[in-house]
Amino acid sequence: MASTETGATSESLPQDPTNDLQSTIHGKARLGDKVFRNLSTGSGTLILVILAAVATFLVGLSIPALTADPEELQYGAFWAYALPFAFGTVWASFLSMLFAVPVAIGIALFISHYAPRRLAQGLGYVIDLLAAVPSVVFGLWGINTLAPLVRPLYVWLADNFGDLPVLGWFFAGPVSGTGRTILTAAMVLAVMVLPIITAISREVFLQTPRLHEEASLALGATRWEMIRQAVLPFGTPGVVSACMLGLGRALGETMAIAMVLSPASVISFELLTPSNPNTIAGNIALAFPEAFGLGVNQLIATGLVLFVITLAVNMTARWILASRKEFSGAN
Amino acid sequence: MSKRIELKDLNIFYGKFHAVKSVNMTIEPRAVTAFIGSSGCGKSTVLRSINRMHEVIDGAYVEGQVLLDGVDLYDKAVDPVRVRRHIGMVFQRPNPFPTMSIRENILAGVRLNNSRISKSDADELVETSLQGANLWNEVKDRLDKPGSGLSGGQQQRLCIARAIAVSPDVLLMDEPCSALDPISTLAVEDLIQELKENYTVVIVTHNMQQAARVSDSTAFFNLKAHGQPGELIEYGPTEKIFHNPEQKATEDYITGRFG
Amino acid sequence: MTATTMPTTTDNQLTAGQLPRFSAIAMLVVVVAVVAGVMALFGTPAIGAVVIVSVLVFLAAMYALSWAVEGSRRAADRTAGHVVTGFFVLALLPLVSLVFSTVAKGLERFDVQFFTYSMRNVIGEGGGAIHAIWGTIIVTGLATLISVPIGLFTAIYLVEYAGSNKLAAAIRLFVDVMTGIPSIVAGLFAYTVFSLILGPGTNSGLSGAIALTVLMIPTVVRSAEEMLRLVPNELREASYALGVPKWLTIAKVVLPTALAGLVTGVVLAIARVMGETAPLLVTAGITASMNINPFADPMATLPVFVYYQYMTPGVPQDPFYARAWAGALVLILIVMGLNAIGRFIAWKFAPKTGR
Repeated sequence: MASTETGATSESLPQDPTNDLQSTIHGKARLGDKVFRNLSTGSGTLILVILAAVATFLVGLSIPALTADPEELQYGAFWAYALPFAFGTVWASFLSMLFAVPVAIGIALFISHYAPRRLAQGLGYVIDLLAAVPSVVFGLWGINTLAPLVRPLYVWLADNFGDLPVLGWFFAGPVSGTGRTILTAAMVLAVMVLPIITAISREVFLQTPRLHEEASLALGATRWEMIRQAVLPFGTPGVVSACMLGLGRALGETMAIAMVLSPASVISFELLTPSNPNTIAGNIALAFPEAFGLGVNQLIATGLVLFVITLAVNMTARWILASRKEFSGAN
Repeated sequence: MSKRIELKDLNIFYGKFHAVKSVNMTIEPRAVTAFIGSSGCGKSTVLRSINRMHEVIDGAYVEGQVLLDGVDLYDKAVDPVRVRRHIGMVFQRPNPFPTMSIRENILAGVRLNNSRISKSDADELVETSLQGANLWNEVKDRLDKPGSGLSGGQQQRLCIARAIAVSPDVLLMDEPCSALDPISTLAVEDLIQELKENYTVVIVTHNMQQAARVSDSTAFFNLKAHGQPGELIEYGPTEKIFHNPEQKATEDYITGRFG
Repeated sequence: MTATTMPTTTDNQLTAGQLPRFSAIAMLVVVVAVVAGVMALFGTPAIGAVVIVSVLVFLAAMYALSWAVEGSRRAADRTAGHVVTGFFVLALLPLVSLVFSTVAKGLERFDVQFFTYSMRNVIGEGGGAIHAIWGTIIVTGLATLISVPIGLFTAIYLVEYAGSNKLAAAIRLFVDVMTGIPSIVAGLFAYTVFSLILGPGTNSGLSGAIALTVLMIPTVVRSAEEMLRLVPNELREASYALGVPKWLTIAKVVLPTALAGLVTGVVLAIARVMGETAPLLVTAGITASMNINPFADPMATLPVFVYYQYMTPGVPQDPFYARAWAGALVLILIVMGLNAIGRFIAWKFAPKTGR
């Protein structure tokens, strides 16, 4: 309805020198704005491209290893080659979670509910320091310090439990002379994933609604009862996903395994012997420098298998976290 | 300098949500116009549509016209960024830039636009702007201290000084005193009275005494029901709105029968 | 837990039936002494065994004592507290042990020669890691140069431009996916890209940098996104209201306000990738000589240097082991130093945005 007037003003005004307002507010989109918007959009898109490239390269280079005649392959038929490593990956990670999860939850509770308030943050930093230690240093420590330290324990375990039914599957001898077994590697892994699980669990525990805690305490609950009634039920989904993120890290960890483990290509549950199932990541690190031809493709294909396993675990963890609105991370 | 604003059949939308329905009003220059009304009635939205600040929110658009001295601010050729250099805004909570000193805050409008300004011009601009905001005497000895170190009322006057440093024609104020203590409020209200000498001032306020104290005209906004768009119910001289309103709804609101 | 289950055995005094505060410490001392004494009767015990048995006996004894004096609920509470505290101490042990062994063994070769010599023509004693140190600086530096702009602009896109559109959702999802890429897989990716372009079996510093970039980008994006979101919207509005275009608002208001957090995020990301070994093993490779050209030939890096010195020693082994530990010490010092710097920046500049 008022459009006639608009049309009139915008057409007539360029000739109207008295009204300079018009000229000062007219203008096109700025170059700077365009550049900035395109740079940011481009960077975001580039990330998608990089990830697509990672997937394409891994898949593309894996295909020859899967389709070639096993006779031509450096390491023989692919699945027969990859299976023990896939088993080792899962087994080592499982063992490490066995150590890491209870300890990590304990530490998280200690920092969130037991330690004096003023100390809590500092103690958190100390645990975070563990995450900062390079994996190669963990490897050195595992092989040089931890392995000799735990070997007497392994001897004792093998002597006392090695012949028992069921337990014998795990603790049978002969005990590795160096202590570099899958159990040692799993301990090193556990130390490495500990800070990840602790950090997230701690956050979740701290977000327990104060009201729930106080309601519990007001009913006369002791601190431990309050934790069981209020903190743990509230934190469980967060802790589960924290554990899965830790598991994702453990699955992909390379150096600690490559250095600590004395590897073999076996599927075995024995924890103390010198022949241990290697992991995918550890095997790639050890075999890659000597691989040639289709052998490289075979190793890349095992890498793809690892990628898929970690992806599944990580996505599950993210999904659990995301389905819990209270823990959004931002606030 | 001071310019007349006309809103013609202005409808404001956020995506599918119709926030404000057909507002028609003329805001006079060299005067203070107050927008009052209950929360969510669209008065802040109308205010923000005058300098196109509501467009910061995704999916916001208007139908109708906002004319500044006859020039349509929603013409296709208009660059909203430039509109805001003519129509300044002061917000509910004082928001000085925390990384900048008091002096830099005043110069922000110039410096952030990459314009060059000589040292002497800058000094002059800082002094006149701060004096224009009744703040010069309080801060002239600490111009290089961070603006966030001032009291709440001082910060708000710093924000007003920052807004007038780009020499706008209009000053929009979105509940400028709601985060301030009574003494600071008084200082800002005094300042608003002085500002109307040179600017068209539009102020949104929840405080009816404040509207009565500072404004020449008052516009009352309301919504018919929850979920309905906000509407301009009554607009006229402040004196009349507060003592002899034509609409029942206005009277109810003024006398505090709902709100 | 309702009032009906409350034990009513004590007198009606609020302080009744409590163990004195020092009882836990006293009990610990007694238990350790007794356990060590008893075990000594059966021959010299290992320290580890004494510790383990002592802890178990302590927990049992303390529970029993508390149960007798304070009741079962208080006893469970005490035990939980002891277990949780014990776990914390348990987690500190590897950290202490690791730092101790690295310092003790690393100091042997933490000398001038280590920081001035490469491994060129060195077969036994002597030599150093200057080539690996330079390699680490170059590779990490390149990775930082590539990933910080990409990561920062992506974060800007997510926070300032995208809102909640589909592309942003996809980017967020895939950044999450990228966070979970095992480091060795990132290495394989970089290796395959370069072997396709330059022929198989090529090692170079740049391919190592690309591998690290893949690992670094998601860390940078996530920390930067979080920091940009912390910048109050009011500051953006203040800038817009002054007639400042969006890009200048971002460049001159948002980024400076978030600067400390952004720097901290980048420093921590650098610290994280600097210690990465596996991806560099398959990309940058190893060499004994100085190579400062990232575009050709293998480039030694500190983590890979440590790995090879320890895992493939020559004869005699000791000089190799000593160099490995010295390398580990340098690595730990750099990474811990970067962490300290990052936390310092965050701590020093964070409160300023408050009031």
